[in-house]
Amino acid sequence: MSTATVVVTGLGVAAPTGLGAREHWAATLGSRSGIGRLTRFDPSGYPAKLAGEITGFTAEEHLPGRLVPQTDRMTRLALAAADWALADASVRPDELASFDMGVVTASASGGFEFGQNELRKLWSQGSQYVSAYQSFAWFYAVNSGQISIRNGMKGPSGVVVSEQAGGLDAVAQARRQIRKGTRLVVSGGVDASLCPWGWVAQLAGGRLSTSEDPARAYLPFDRDACGHVPGEGGAILILEAAESARERGAHSYGEIAGYGATFDPKPGSSRPPGLRKAVELALADAGAQPADVDVVFADAAGVPDLDRAEAAALSQVFGPHGVPVSVPKTMTGRLYSGAAPLDLATALLALRDGIVPAAVNVKLCPEYGIDLVVDRPRRLGLRTALVLARGYGGFNSAVVLRAPAPH
Amino acid sequence: MPADPFTLADLTRILLEAAGAEEGVDLDGDVLDTEFTALGYESLALLETGSRIERTYGIALDDDLLTDALTPRALIGVVNDLLTVSRTV
Repeated sequence: MSTATVVVTGLGVAAPTGLGAREHWAATLGSRSGIGRLTRFDPSGYPAKLAGEITGFTAEEHLPGRLVPQTDRMTRLALAAADWALADASVRPDELASFDMGVVTASASGGFEFGQNELRKLWSQGSQYVSAYQSFAWFYAVNSGQISIRNGMKGPSGVVVSEQAGGLDAVAQARRQIRKGTRLVVSGGVDASLCPWGWVAQLAGGRLSTSEDPARAYLPFDRDACGHVPGEGGAILILEAAESARERGAHSYGEIAGYGATFDPKPGSSRPPGLRKAVELALADAGAQPADVDVVFADAAGVPDLDRAEAAALSQVFGPHGVPVSVPKTMTGRLYSGAAPLDLATALLALRDGIVPAAVNVKLCPEYGIDLVVDRPRRLGLRTALVLARGYGGFNSAVVLRAPAPH
Repeated sequence: MPADPFTLADLTRILLEAAGAEEGVDLDGDVLDTEFTALGYESLALLETGSRIERTYGIALDDDLLTDALTPRALIGVVNDLLTVSRTV
């Protein structure tokens, strides 16, 4: 397999901070949080009541009529985000050979809301009332499949399922396919399961914040960290070989320069968690030294033990307070498979504009020994960013992004 | 004959609920003899449409009926035949 340079040429964002990369970036720099009390259903009977919701998305405004009855909310958002990403990259799929384009997205939950509605019909009305589209609308791979069908993309495609780490693992798989010869791969991830069935599944994980104060509910690296607020959405990225992107005169946001992934040892093991190793693997893959990294977008679990482990990994690799750490997801909640693609998009915009978003609401616990960017965004010369993501169950992934070489 | 035969208007309404409409296809136009595939409906859309017709009208369609070569006229004919049978027995 070649080690061809793979770049990001298009961004499509659907997040609690905004629809479209521009709106999301403006809200992020303005520290405008999208976290609030759930409105999609009445949360009063549940222990957790806050979420990062996307407001103002009407599927019928973005999708053809044929796709609306057969799609879960996460797929509608993913299809819209893919359209925006392709437009941003100035790619017209009908002008490229269909086998030169693939789709590799991440999914953590599948189409919960669609599935809930059909299960309700099954048990209240009978099997003949269940939609034929339930056969695929709930499925993990459905976002990849629908993006592929809508845009006529028949190259190597698939889905990666590794909870929140999946967003980086999918981008790494997309890079692999491009290095094996596919010209363009649509990647990233979008999850959206803010419905009662999705909610109880998330509650079962035991990491949801039960705070009812949007300013106090999700406080990673804070002494008062008490779990996370879930959100919906994510980002879709267009990845291309740098050479073919250059040939068609495309704009590059930056390079997917390095990737590393590890799995944690089993609970109770004396071996250390795998995040540090994932970071080291990603740096080595990028041919970068720790000192080359200008900013880290942290996983930021918001659970004290996990925050401590991440801070320790960062201190071990970069030294105490050795690198600015950004947590824009304090404004969206954790988006599962959508989180890391959104962080990649945000990091690429940070590299472009030389500015690091601030975490909102967090008062950094000094014992963690990290340089968390809080209160206001920080202006810096930025060339290299590291994005981290951990998935429930022991997944650790890291991606190194590098700004485009100056012309 | 039953007082309320199954019409193209009934079929169009159920199709839209089941599977929406393809862009550029006017279901109110002259579509009676156009195959469903040409109208933008694949096998799953026909399955969903057939299922909705069955439970709305209390009939059972033959599994082999819902093929890609089916036209609205043929489907309407079969449904009306089944309705006539079910209302006369």
